[in-house]
Amino acid sequence: MKKTLTYRLHIFLFLLPALILFIGILIAPIIMSLIYSFCDFSSISGADMKYVGFDNYKTLFSSMLTNPNTGKMFVNDKYMGNALGNALALAVLSVFIQLPLALIIALKLSKGIRGERAYLSIFFMPVLISTVIIGRLWMNIYDPGEGGLLNAALRALGIDKWLFPAISGGIRSSKLPFTGQWTGFRETALIAAFVPILWQYVGYHMLLMYAGIKGVPKDLLEAAQLDGCTEGQVNRHIIIPYIKPILRVSVIFAVTGSLKSFDLVYALMKDTSKAELPSTLMYKLLFLHNSYGLGSAIAVVLIVLCFIFALLISLAFKDRGEKVA
Amino acid sequence: MNEVRKFKPSNIIVHLLLIVLVVINLFPLYWMLTFSLKTNDEILGHSYVDEATGERIRVEPNRVGLPKHWEWSNYSEAMNTGNMGQYFINSLVVAVLVILITLIASFMATYALTRLVWKGRKFMNKFFMLGLTIPIHAAIVPVYVILSRMKLLNTYAALIFPYAAFALSMGILISIGFMGDIPYDLDEAAFLDGCGVWGIFCRVIFPLMMPAVATVGIYTFLQCWNELLFATIFVSAGKYRTLPVGVQQLFGQYTTRWGPIGAALSIATLPTIIVYIFLSKRIQDSFIAGAVKG
Repeated sequence: MKKTLTYRLHIFLFLLPALILFIGILIAPIIMSLIYSFCDFSSISGADMKYVGFDNYKTLFSSMLTNPNTGKMFVNDKYMGNALGNALALAVLSVFIQLPLALIIALKLSKGIRGERAYLSIFFMPVLISTVIIGRLWMNIYDPGEGGLLNAALRALGIDKWLFPAISGGIRSSKLPFTGQWTGFRETALIAAFVPILWQYVGYHMLLMYAGIKGVPKDLLEAAQLDGCTEGQVNRHIIIPYIKPILRVSVIFAVTGSLKSFDLVYALMKDTSKAELPSTLMYKLLFLHNSYGLGSAIAVVLIVLCFIFALLISLAFKDRGEKVA
Repeated sequence: MNEVRKFKPSNIIVHLLLIVLVVINLFPLYWMLTFSLKTNDEILGHSYVDEATGERIRVEPNRVGLPKHWEWSNYSEAMNTGNMGQYFINSLVVAVLVILITLIASFMATYALTRLVWKGRKFMNKFFMLGLTIPIHAAIVPVYVILSRMKLLNTYAALIFPYAAFALSMGILISIGFMGDIPYDLDEAAFLDGCGVWGIFCRVIFPLMMPAVATVGIYTFLQCWNELLFATIFVSAGKYRTLPVGVQQLFGQYTTRWGPIGAALSIATLPTIIVYIFLSKRIQDSFIAGAVKG
């Protein structure tokens, strides 16, 4: 039997379909993206491709550019700083609002509340709905016209009378007064995008945490109860340390997910520039400007950032885990 | 797991809070269904002149209530002029083929990684696991360039192969767990009965991997059913659009008409919800398997 199991041709043939897909569509394109990111070309055939060194990266990371002919400075509409800042803001909001909320619900649900499975199933449901649909649904909720639900609710409660002027006062990016155009101003658009993300994904993180808590050995919890631990103490000293690996996965998903996020903002706003993200900027550069080199440079930045953040988060969780143990 | 459920007043507060969350969760979906069955006049309010008295009568907007008149024509409009039926079939074709390819490729690779004996197995395993951290952005420009040179943009293939490639790592990861549970004695017995590696794989391993088929299948299905970035770039035009692209582009046609928009959103949402109602535990388990192992 050993002889057949070590036969090289078999091994190769069994791996072949996976290798073709994996190398052809993941590994080779990463290398190609890296090469493209040092080039400038705007035709798909690559006929006008030329090597430009780090120029693409310089363009992405400078907020002002100089016109080579006149020497005048102008605002760079391909600047990636805002987009990256927005993505990081989404990541911070997700980690510090979404995950704690998910953890609190998961802790409560997993302690034998009547109907816990029904609650769990309902909270998880939005995860299955396409983000485009959720974005479009929320576009209607935020609609500044007569049909918009949010503004109608604010008007009915009389909140709009003081809330809208207050928001207007905080808006510096435009002189227009705020009358409920939630996705129309830089200052409100990002929060408007975060709320549907929170709505959709809180159930996802909650499900993972719930499954983790259900995996905590019963005798551990019983021993703690016999020792007279309160619910809060059990949560803090037994459950949370025990589900650290799952919390790590949740934090990685929340952070890299925010960096990569595209669907929601693209579906929610006619003009994504109010809450620009790296992916929406990349889409614009590729399909409005045909700047394939710049688009590739954004892809490379995203790949690198996702790897770095995944690594850093893993390291952070490892250190603390050792201290607890 | 029989915990003693004591009556505690604090539980009532917990239930109240959970019910508030349930309402927040379900309300947008309820609202979507109601406006999918209304006319703009009903949603936005309107006024008309009463013929008998000549008076102008104002009808207040009905934003959140049930429709007064159920406007089913919104649905036929979304299906006919909005092409939602076609997009639905496209999504289904793509999803089914992606699942098939992912299952076959990842089961075969997993067999080589766990049952066959060779140097470099561990390295190859790590290599495939790289795919879990690579964002799809990595592939967009090069794959777009290749597809357009091969004249494959706006075809099913333009989505099927990229989706399968990006589903592969998770497929292998989940399969390794399931295949590890199959006893090696079965391989030995089949070998003594005269099976080669292919015989063992097809007749012993594959039939015993059915639980993995469900887990990998569900996970892969939801990944490609809802995917927008690849779909909007690789099949933006033509009759091969998937549901997310279709929904997105429908809005160019009906920017101001709420009914058909709501109908299109509902058509795209309801099948997933209905499947979820019947398979909720299974679907949740797939997501847990995907995350806990990742």
